[in-house]
Amino acid sequence: METNELTQYKGVWCCAEVRRGALVAAIFELLHAGRKLADQLGEPLCAVLVGNGVKKWTNDLIEAGAEKVYVLDHPALENFVDETHAQALAVAIRQAKPSVFLVSASTAGRSLASRLGVTLNTGAGADVSELSVETLVNGTTNAQVCAVRSTHGGNLFASIVFPKARPIVISVRPMAFPRAEKIAGKTGEIIDIALNPSEWKVRTKFVQFMPEENADLDIGSADKIVAAGRGLGKAEGFGMVRAFAKILGAAVGASRAAVDAGWITYRHQVGLTGRTVRPKLYIALGISGQVQHLAGMGQSETIVAINKDPDCPLMKVASLSVEADLYEFIPLVIEKLKQQKN
Amino acid sequence: MGLNIVACIKQTPATTSIQLDAATGKIITQGLTYGINPLDEYALEEALRIKERVPGSWVAVLTLGRPQASDALREALARGADSAYHLSDEAFVGSDTYGTSYLLAQGIKKIQTEKSANIDIVLCAKQTNDGDSGQVGPAIAVWLGWPNVAYVRKIQDINAQTIRVERTMEDGTDVLEMDLPALLSVVKEINEPRLPSLKGKMASKKAVIPTWKAADIGADASKIGEAGSLTKIWKRQTPPVRTGGVRIEGATAEEKAVKFVEKIKELKLL
Repeated sequence: METNELTQYKGVWCCAEVRRGALVAAIFELLHAGRKLADQLGEPLCAVLVGNGVKKWTNDLIEAGAEKVYVLDHPALENFVDETHAQALAVAIRQAKPSVFLVSASTAGRSLASRLGVTLNTGAGADVSELSVETLVNGTTNAQVCAVRSTHGGNLFASIVFPKARPIVISVRPMAFPRAEKIAGKTGEIIDIALNPSEWKVRTKFVQFMPEENADLDIGSADKIVAAGRGLGKAEGFGMVRAFAKILGAAVGASRAAVDAGWITYRHQVGLTGRTVRPKLYIALGISGQVQHLAGMGQSETIVAINKDPDCPLMKVASLSVEADLYEFIPLVIEKLKQQKN
Repeated sequence: MGLNIVACIKQTPATTSIQLDAATGKIITQGLTYGINPLDEYALEEALRIKERVPGSWVAVLTLGRPQASDALREALARGADSAYHLSDEAFVGSDTYGTSYLLAQGIKKIQTEKSANIDIVLCAKQTNDGDSGQVGPAIAVWLGWPNVAYVRKIQDINAQTIRVERTMEDGTDVLEMDLPALLSVVKEINEPRLPSLKGKMASKKAVIPTWKAADIGADASKIGEAGSLTKIWKRQTPPVRTGGVRIEGATAEEKAVKFVEKIKELKLL
């Protein structure tokens, strides 16, 4: 794009997804991150609300800071279908020309951001944890959006800029930003975008959703995680882990060893071949801390390690560590926490 | 009627401990050892399993990378892939996910021409262990004009026309059906990769791997390399090193438990 074309794009958009009949809460993290960018760029903060029968959420978005809400409301958007959602958003983006498009780096959001990048011939940054507007990039003085993302399993951080095309498409790492606060009584503009999915080439059919049987908190959006590994020794040990997590209000995580042993399902796996998490508190029980595990949780705010082996890697990086037998120590801690609560 | 499958793989550093050159800010590659991106093993394995499930199918592996990346292709051949193709050209260096996905899509089209056959399925990993972006798979699908599903944990059903897959979501599992051709990016849960066989290893050493440059795949120079990238890396940094903190000491588990609860309360973590 030529410079004069770039400057036609205005507005920071935050993608508000409605799934299984609820507004995905990550939108409030996006609105927080987007507010700062919008103010620095001197552009409006907008939300783009996507789903089926979604109008009732416009006010939540306005109260949380959106000055405009673009509404993409269609039965075809009931469930996340990669190509359908990408086409719907491309229609809205081509029409309204925002300069920045933020979406949560969830399972859906990461595929969506990637498809949108190529569909719109623009640059996309994945799983971004910091956003700023910089004026001194490589000797230029234009204000430009800079996105920081981790690579190499969290061992490197790259600051990325997007000099050539708009909109800048960014998937934002869950839990990297606080949630925007709602202020009652705010007003904003609501803009309906007309969609004709029957004109699109869609070759994907959504068949069904099978909810997770164990309705545990999801580790991707939890601010506390209790995770267990090989040191737990047996599948039954997760009963104790769940009890500990429950009293802390934490989600249950696991190392690869625990998942491979069949003690808990894959969705709980933290690490290189599992998921990346960044909670305020990460408690590792019987996890030695191989680099592959550290890659998935090394950016947690506070790391607590409880292990029989005082010299294992995780005990060395933990902010707080306890050398103990899990089956002796954890029940005692649970008991004391219960006493505290009473 | 068999299915024609391409698995995209990448040769990446076998470690995540990466050092930066203080003067240039670039990654020090000297002394690094490389291997197949560990997550790609699941994509390759799933390709081989589809081949075993649908008689008459074949699996080609495709990579983009420096000349030494052919080692990763040979390992994939040793594990059972039927053919391998290598995109390697100085002009490719520095491509971002936009350029990389474009080049891989051009490579897939070139395989179709070479084989005089349409590709039905492309398999990728959910991400690499170096770039960590997870963007290349879905982006290839757009270049090819195909549908895609990411984070696939299971192939429920596959035939010559359609594929039905399970996708791991944060709150459960989505089931989706796509018309072929289609692209899947898979997670570790999908299978248990096999090891290379001795026979496969021997055969892979002798295999002829075509290496294609920009002109061979008809790549548009304006989309590739550092100059063609739509994103620019402004700077790289290593995170502050985490050092150990407080160790809870105590003569008994009881004493440690009391101190532990006090400490997490003090840190306002309750």
